[in-house]
Amino acid sequence: MVAPALVFFFVFAIIPLGIALYLSFTKWDAISDPVWVGLANWPKVLSDPVTINALVLSLKVIVISWVVQTPISLLLGVFTAGRQRYRAVLAAIFFLPLILSSAAIGIAFKAILEPNFGLAASFGLPFLKQDWLGNQELILYVVIFIIAWQFVPFHTLLYQGGVRQIPVSLYEAAEIDGAGRLRQFWSITLPQLRYTIVTSSTLMVVGSLTYFDVIFVLTAGVPSSGIRILPIDMYVTGFSANQMGEASVMAMILVVMGLLLALAMTRLTGFSKMASQQEGL
Amino acid sequence: MSTSNVRTDGQAPVSARGQDSRSRRWPPVRVRRPGQRPNVIGGIGGFAWFFIIIIPIYYIVITSLRPQAGFYAGNQLVPPSNATLDQYVLVLKSDFLLYLANSVIVTVVSVVVTVFISIMAAYTIVRSRTRFVRSSFSLFLLGLAIPLPATIIPLFYMLTKAGLYDTLFALILPSIGFAIPLTVLILANFIRDVPNELFESMRVDGARNWRMLYSLVIPLSRPAIVTVSVYNALNVWNAFLFPLILTQSPDKRVLPLSLWTFQGQFTVNVPAVLAAVVLSTLPIFVLYIFGRRQLVSGMTAGFNK
Repeated sequence: MVAPALVFFFVFAIIPLGIALYLSFTKWDAISDPVWVGLANWPKVLSDPVTINALVLSLKVIVISWVVQTPISLLLGVFTAGRQRYRAVLAAIFFLPLILSSAAIGIAFKAILEPNFGLAASFGLPFLKQDWLGNQELILYVVIFIIAWQFVPFHTLLYQGGVRQIPVSLYEAAEIDGAGRLRQFWSITLPQLRYTIVTSSTLMVVGSLTYFDVIFVLTAGVPSSGIRILPIDMYVTGFSANQMGEASVMAMILVVMGLLLALAMTRLTGFSKMASQQEGL
Repeated sequence: MSTSNVRTDGQAPVSARGQDSRSRRWPPVRVRRPGQRPNVIGGIGGFAWFFIIIIPIYYIVITSLRPQAGFYAGNQLVPPSNATLDQYVLVLKSDFLLYLANSVIVTVVSVVVTVFISIMAAYTIVRSRTRFVRSSFSLFLLGLAIPLPATIIPLFYMLTKAGLYDTLFALILPSIGFAIPLTVLILANFIRDVPNELFESMRVDGARNWRMLYSLVIPLSRPAIVTVSVYNALNVWNAFLFPLILTQSPDKRVLPLSLWTFQGQFTVNVPAVLAAVVLSTLPIFVLYIFGRRQLVSGMTAGFNK
């Protein structure tokens, strides 16, 4: 009875990877049939400054997103794990972005960031009145902010769940030993959350690598060089410039990077999904 | 009504190990728990984040109520004095209900099929004694690491060849393929916790696989089924890349894609675009109000163990 699931999974998730590999050795304009060109696409793509720029931008997005989102999610996760009524109310509001689609978020922020009559212009603060999406230096950070806006709630949830699983007895023991609140955070909360941190970070890193929707909507489908990260570069090359062969090379790069990052994150931290996750019990 | 004695409080825990039992026990067992203590840094951060979240949402809602003419005159933070639902009417008249119906069809079919075949797979993986079947668990695990955008070109190729391009099937089939790995993993972890004696006693009674599935596995894993259903539904409902690439004609359009086309169509009418945003979120928002617990636990399904 495992067959139907395996068939679906193979046909729509595994076989596409094989086809992407095949297409990466072809020249294909998305209309006629693919023509075999051997290895020609690979050196072309890998030496293209646009691709290299996309790789660098992707890595930037991954690193900065992690640095921005992790402390915020951790702080909010610990905060919302509390049982106070007002915290529950705040938490309910924090989680609202989770129900919005990426398309909705992209459209909303496009309107908000409009320099002349968007929301940013209405605060009366001159520095907010910028061409946020047009400025090639700024757009990367704008996108990172929006990613945080969209995904911090999810990671907050993970941390909230993690914190609530920490046995109360640990804190009681620490209190008897006279440990202060910060000390308890560093010596109990943080170490106890190690699996949550790994899970959250892995999802964050792989998620940032594959980020597409909001950037696409925000830039009205014509992403500028300042935010042309790998998936975007792949889309533009494949579906706008009709160079599917080259775009398939990028797809393969995405697959390899995704697998490597996921492996590295789990290996480096000595974490295996199959291991017991009964933290501290 | 409940066919089993498992928790029916709708808490939908991802594991059956009762990780949340502490939080559900009320009145509290202990007088002073860590969660009850003040947290100054967290409080400041919490309120700061509150504003970061609420201001854009507030802006979306009030702007969607502005009349199109001169919507940008004056301060955008002040609610409109001449609020109107005209933009909502305009959006509803622009085939919105068709897109809604498409979204509902794609989401319901994908989720039902995914959950049904995943529960069969999970049950088999957990109960099987053959090595091959058990090892397919690790295969699904691997599936979690496949970046979705990387498959879009080959999927476009495959579905075009199969003549399914620009049909709702082109959205449903890959959605199922991508939802299966996590769904199987979560359900398998859950079914693993069902006591072996239950299976044995049913076997003694002569029950076969289908009967076991129907009278034992499905009722017992109801919380996990709710969780994975919510998680998958949200993912499919909000998906953008698949519809963008795999469909083309307006009558196959789903909601997130319709937002994108509204944006092109109503370029200067920002209130109408934002009204479409509000309308497309409304069904999920209603669910959020009535079933926040399931929705929230569904969203972190399987990650929070």
